[in-house]
Amino acid sequence: MSTDTPVKSDVEIGAYKYGFHDSTDFYAFKSRKGLDAEIVSQISEMKREPAWMREFRLKSLEIFESRPMPSWGGDMSELLFDNIYYYMKAANEQGKSWDDVPEDIRRTYDRLGIPEAEKKYLAGVKAQYESEVVYGSLREDLANQGVIFTDTDSALQEHPELFREYFGTVIPPGDNKFAALNSAVWSGGSFIYVPKGVKIDFPLQAYFRINSQNMGQFERTLIIVDEGASVHYVEGCTAPTYSSDSLHSAVVEIIVKRGARCRYTTIQNWSNNVYNLVTKRAMAYGDSLMEWIDGNLGSKLTMKYPAIWLMEPGARGETLSIAFAGDGQHQDAGAKMVHCAPNTSSRIISKSISKNGGRSSYRGLVKVHKDAVNCRSNVVCDALILDPASRSDTYPYIEVEEQNVAIEHEASVSKIAEEQLFYLMSRGLTEAEASAMIVTGFIEPLVKELPMEYAVELNRLIELQMEGSVG
Amino acid sequence: MSSEVNGASGAAAGTVAGATGSVLRIRDLHVSVADTPILRGVNMQIRQGEVHALMGPNGSGKSTLAYALAGHPNYTITSGSIEIDGVEISAFEADARARLGLFLAFQYPVVIPGVKVADFLRHAVSNIRNPDRREGEGLIGMREFRKEIRDRMTELGMDHEFARRYLNDGFSGGEKKRMEILQLAMLQPRFAILDETDSGLDSDAVRVVSEGLAKLSGPQMGVLIITHHERLLEFNRPQFVHVMLGGRIVETGGADLAHELHARGYADIRARHPDAAPEPTHTTPAAAV
Repeated sequence: MSTDTPVKSDVEIGAYKYGFHDSTDFYAFKSRKGLDAEIVSQISEMKREPAWMREFRLKSLEIFESRPMPSWGGDMSELLFDNIYYYMKAANEQGKSWDDVPEDIRRTYDRLGIPEAEKKYLAGVKAQYESEVVYGSLREDLANQGVIFTDTDSALQEHPELFREYFGTVIPPGDNKFAALNSAVWSGGSFIYVPKGVKIDFPLQAYFRINSQNMGQFERTLIIVDEGASVHYVEGCTAPTYSSDSLHSAVVEIIVKRGARCRYTTIQNWSNNVYNLVTKRAMAYGDSLMEWIDGNLGSKLTMKYPAIWLMEPGARGETLSIAFAGDGQHQDAGAKMVHCAPNTSSRIISKSISKNGGRSSYRGLVKVHKDAVNCRSNVVCDALILDPASRSDTYPYIEVEEQNVAIEHEASVSKIAEEQLFYLMSRGLTEAEASAMIVTGFIEPLVKELPMEYAVELNRLIELQMEGSVG
Repeated sequence: MSSEVNGASGAAAGTVAGATGSVLRIRDLHVSVADTPILRGVNMQIRQGEVHALMGPNGSGKSTLAYALAGHPNYTITSGSIEIDGVEISAFEADARARLGLFLAFQYPVVIPGVKVADFLRHAVSNIRNPDRREGEGLIGMREFRKEIRDRMTELGMDHEFARRYLNDGFSGGEKKRMEILQLAMLQPRFAILDETDSGLDSDAVRVVSEGLAKLSGPQMGVLIITHHERLLEFNRPQFVHVMLGGRIVETGGADLAHELHARGYADIRARHPDAAPEPTHTTPAAAV
């Protein structure tokens, strides 16, 4: 195992497959750079929003401006808010068929394999390009059962009451600086309503694509799973590789009602010039199950801690997360479980891999409110560090106000596994093959939770990440 | 002296039936771990078809020799040479040595969580049988591989379920050792080094492993059995028994030397070699799992 072999960088286009970009000449609208009340009003006006939403946005902008940058987490000193485009609209209309989508954009999604996946195993698709959703579909039988799967802007227009009942109730603008930012300039995202008892058999997928340099993408997703219903929602994200930074700051709010089930899977593969600062939270009611499956492979800095508030007895929450931090990347990811009711249970499994100087941090909170008796929580964090230049940290927070609970926390950090490498190499595997095999095995418990297509995709992405890890 | 011990083994080896193929030759090998010298001039020559035993007290350097032969990066060869058929391999990485036909059955097989035995072995077999295989090139056919691994597992009395388990994960001591022998059976090396394969096993497990090895070794395999005990040797009768003391081989004899050591321990050997260097105080780091 030579340590002096030159190490190839991950950010080279060869390793990151999705670094290509389209021209922006054909765009329907592009805001000027920077952020102020005028831009916010302009966005609201272009979207022909009701007055309450414009006010909501402007108030959120004030909160954003009044809050200091977080002093914890990753380094955001190079994130220049004035250098970002906060709103860009590439296409005038949302396509109902791929033929309606402008050709450049359609070609991009073809290269990403979305139309093909849609034919094979998806119940519905939303494709967001820059600020707006450019394509949307939902299987007809689901629409007939009352399932709503639309972009969030359309939901505000077409389902105003349902929208207003839930929007901003799980994550208010004052939650944190970036939730405030999103609340001010949000655009696009998915709106899902699954009526009582409807179980959606195939995943609904949203695909988020940033195309421009210095782009800010602020989608807003709201999912309501009514009593006894179930849904699996999947999101994927990619962006071109540029030398200057882009910003992705989403807010995702989920309500899982009594006896319902929601699984939210993310395969985040932003290019290494994207700040990914996302707030995700679900409220889980009686006997429901909320699951976050969170794969973070890309981005320059990710700060994301999907949360589940267990609101009523019998609610269960699970977060499985994988973070992969390569050259120039910091994945500060984790989970939050808040037990607000008795007999609730939660589980967090976090696996992180750091290589080529990458840094991954697990940051998690388990909180048990007073009187939430008989709660159970189990946290397992495993970190794998592939070389001496890389780093892993664990920041577990546990706040328990109730005696009668069972909380377990286990954390392990493995250096790679020099003995594992040697063992596999002594069987004829090259160092690269052996490393890839160890990493694949390390995340296997999580990958096997994914539907097959996504498991294959994730394994392929990890292999791509591993390419060039040894010279 | 020690460097002369194997001087005659070329001639001796010539008397072993079938021992006409490849040769693993170790010459005046010095190995350090973390700058502490452990091996201080080891000489040995193993031909395909021969069975050698390496015995010696704890800390004498037996496992160090095994790891150094297999190419562990923490075992630094400071001088001397390791050759297979005249090709110097001491600068080769472990995978290159494996593709040349060297195999080490580990004293402490390593757990690889999440990696299925069958996936790992199919990859390994593909590389070993096609040493020029490039990364990403096709693996050996699934169907033939599956049949082969099942047959080998049956021969070793292993449940076929093993193929689907994660490599050594949650295996008992006996299961791990059997897994090593299964790998040996699948990879069919020219030279197999067994590092205390009998340690930590009950007598039934030792018998299973010994019989398994006896079935596998033949004219195509040179075997070096590192052991404290005589048990493994009952089924795998060595033509050569080497005794290591203080990082050198101080005596080489036939199978009767193993009997003598078994009956009387190392006191006599130490007495015969008072000039053998004091035992290293260093504990073998590879034992850390």
